[in-house]
Parts: sequence; structure tokens; C-alpha cells
Amino acid sequence: MYRWIQQFGSPKYFYDISLVVSKWIGVICLICFIAGLYGGLVIAPPDYQQGDSYRIIYIHVPASWMSLFVYMILAISGAITLIWRIKIADFVARSSAIIGASFTFLALATGAIWGKPMWGTYWVWDARLTSELILLFLYLGYIALQSSFEDRRVGARAGAILALIGVINIPIIHYSVEWWSTLHQGPTISKLDAPSIHYSMLIPLLLMAIAYKTFYIYTLLINIRSEIIESEYNATWVKKMIGD
Amino acid sequence: MSPRKKRIFVICIVLSGITISVALILTAFEKNLMYFYSPTEVANGSAPEVRDFRIGGIVLKDSVKRNVDNLKVSFVLTDTVSEIEVQYEGILPDLFREGQGIVANGKLQSNNIFIAKQVLAKHDENYMPPEVAEALEKANSHFMEQYK
Repeated sequence: MYRWIQQFGSPKYFYDISLVVSKWIGVICLICFIAGLYGGLVIAPPDYQQGDSYRIIYIHVPASWMSLFVYMILAISGAITLIWRIKIADFVARSSAIIGASFTFLALATGAIWGKPMWGTYWVWDARLTSELILLFLYLGYIALQSSFEDRRVGARAGAILALIGVINIPIIHYSVEWWSTLHQGPTISKLDAPSIHYSMLIPLLLMAIAYKTFYIYTLLINIRSEIIESEYNATWVKKMIGD
Repeated sequence: MSPRKKRIFVICIVLSGITISVALILTAFEKNLMYFYSPTEVANGSAPEVRDFRIGGIVLKDSVKRNVDNLKVSFVLTDTVSEIEVQYEGILPDLFREGQGIVANGKLQSNNIFIAKQVLAKHDENYMPPEVAEALEKANSHFMEQYK
């Protein structure tokens, strides 16, 4: 296991693998995105209660899921950075933070746009919305903290500690709608029961979720590749590849 | 203990410490984290009497009375156990209707009438086409009752 991690952590190995993976991930992302958007905005029927306004879930819900998922990746890479000191883990964390912050912002923004016509307000300080806002601040705090150190490795460790501490917010966001009374509705899909969404609306949503996840992996790999080249610019394989 | 094991150990200790402290804080502030009170809690007197608070419940069927001359409206909120009358003046959200879950922000008067300054609609976690909702309602009117 440890040897596998070591090999995977080798920059050149990672670079070569990621080039191949990227291509396929990009294709899957594009197909799912187009199919999901078309299915969600055109094919899916309007909602019995919210009419056409509900269609923003195809942007909002996957973005919210990803905001939590990416934070888990950030925290796990933080732990790997602290324990095993593997360079790639720090690259993953740095790149994930920016993408995760964007997903969180998108979730908050689309939620506000949805909230105005449905709830009657853009924003309320209920447990779900507030904890999601804290998540955005955790991401921004991470980005600010790790880039404020002269020494990259020190910044990586400081950021990793913040990311690990912030992980406590993830279950709070997820269970906020069950633990406390909130204006935000309860879970539709992630519960121990059949999803309370009609399958004609569910399929495009799942397609969009795949599109978001593959988009994250795609952008993450691009970011990591540029980080690798930046940090390994003296290595022979980089020089050979660039072709001096 | 190797340095690596030591680091794993420290991380685990710190994380569990944070988890416990956050759990304690959240339990201590449980009341403040509740976005709204239910009509039963208001009837019990656990809602604040002097300051504003929010009350959440379902608009009772056939309880909405609109004033013809102005935007004044009154309705009864219920959680199927207790009921409370709410008065409001202003524009209601589109989703507001009888049987809908709503959250009202305002103050409780001594005559047990809640004067709302703001009324927000709470939509549920169910998504389905109107035809399905209709069919469900026809098949079992009680089904919709519990989900509304």
C-alpha cells in the first residue's frame, strides 16, 4: 500500500497517467453535461409545486454536493500532506481549494436565486445556509493561509491543519436540515429511503452530478499538471518533454 | 513510535477533541440554531414573549381570510397538534396557499395572535410532475396530507 502511494506520488508517473485519464474524463463530462442539461431543462416535466422554477436544482444540487465532496478531498490530501509528506497531495489540495470554493459559491448563488421566487427571500440565517457559508469561508481561509507563507512546505502544512479542523463542518452541513428546523427543505436523495423525486427528474440530475464530478477531476488534473511542471522544471523528464 | 505514527496519533487526538467541543457547543446552542418554533412550542410557552421569533407550520385549510381593501391577511398555522392565528400585511410568496408549509417572522401578542412582519414559504423535498401529484392525490388524499 505504502509503495503504491509512493509510486503514485512520483510526479512523472502521475503526469503521464493524468494525460490519458484527462482525455476520457473530459469526454464523459461533456456528454453528461449536454445530456443532463437537455434532460433537465427540456425533457423533464415541471414540478407539481414549483412549476419551472425547480429546474435550478440541475445547477444548484450538484454544485452543493461537490462543495462537500471537494472539501473531503481537500481534508484527506491535507492529512496525507501532514502524515506522509507527499508532494502530489499538496498539489491536489491547492487545486481543489479553488475549484471547491467555486462550487460553494455557485451553490450559494443559485440557492439565493431560487430562494427569492420560492421562499420569498434571497437569504435566511438558517442552519443549512449558514453552515454552507462557513464552508465558503473555510475554502477562502485555506487559500489565503497556504499562500501566505514564503516556504511552500510550511504553507502546505498550515493549510492542511486548517482543512482538517474544518472537516467538522461537513457533517453539520449534511445533517443541518435534520438536526434543526430550517427553511431549507430536507434531503431528497441522500436518505435511507427511496428518493422523493420522480425518475424523469432524477435521471438528468444524476447525469449533471456525473458531469460536475468529472469536470472537477478534469480541471483538477490540469491544475496538478501545471503544478508538477512548475515544481519539477529542473528535472530531466520535464526538460525532455518541453523539448529544449 | 515512529514520527509518522506519532503524526497520525496527534491528528486523531486533535480531530476527536474538536469534534467533541463542537458537539458540546452545538448542543448548548440548540435553541438558537432552531430556525423556527412550532405552534405547539408556542402554545407551551417555550417561545420568547418579549422579542421577535419565527414560527413554522402548515396553513390550515379554509383558514385564510383576505381583506378586500388592503393587503391584510389572516390565517391559522398548525402542526396538527396546536394552532395559532397569524396576521400579516404585505405581499405573500407565490407558494403561499392552504396546506403549504410556511415560516412567519414576528411577535406574539398577549391575545395569542401572532403579528407577522415577514412570511416565507417552505417548499418540501418532493419533486414530481403535476400529473403524478394529481394521481397521487386522487388515489390517496391522505398521502399528500402528510407530505404537505
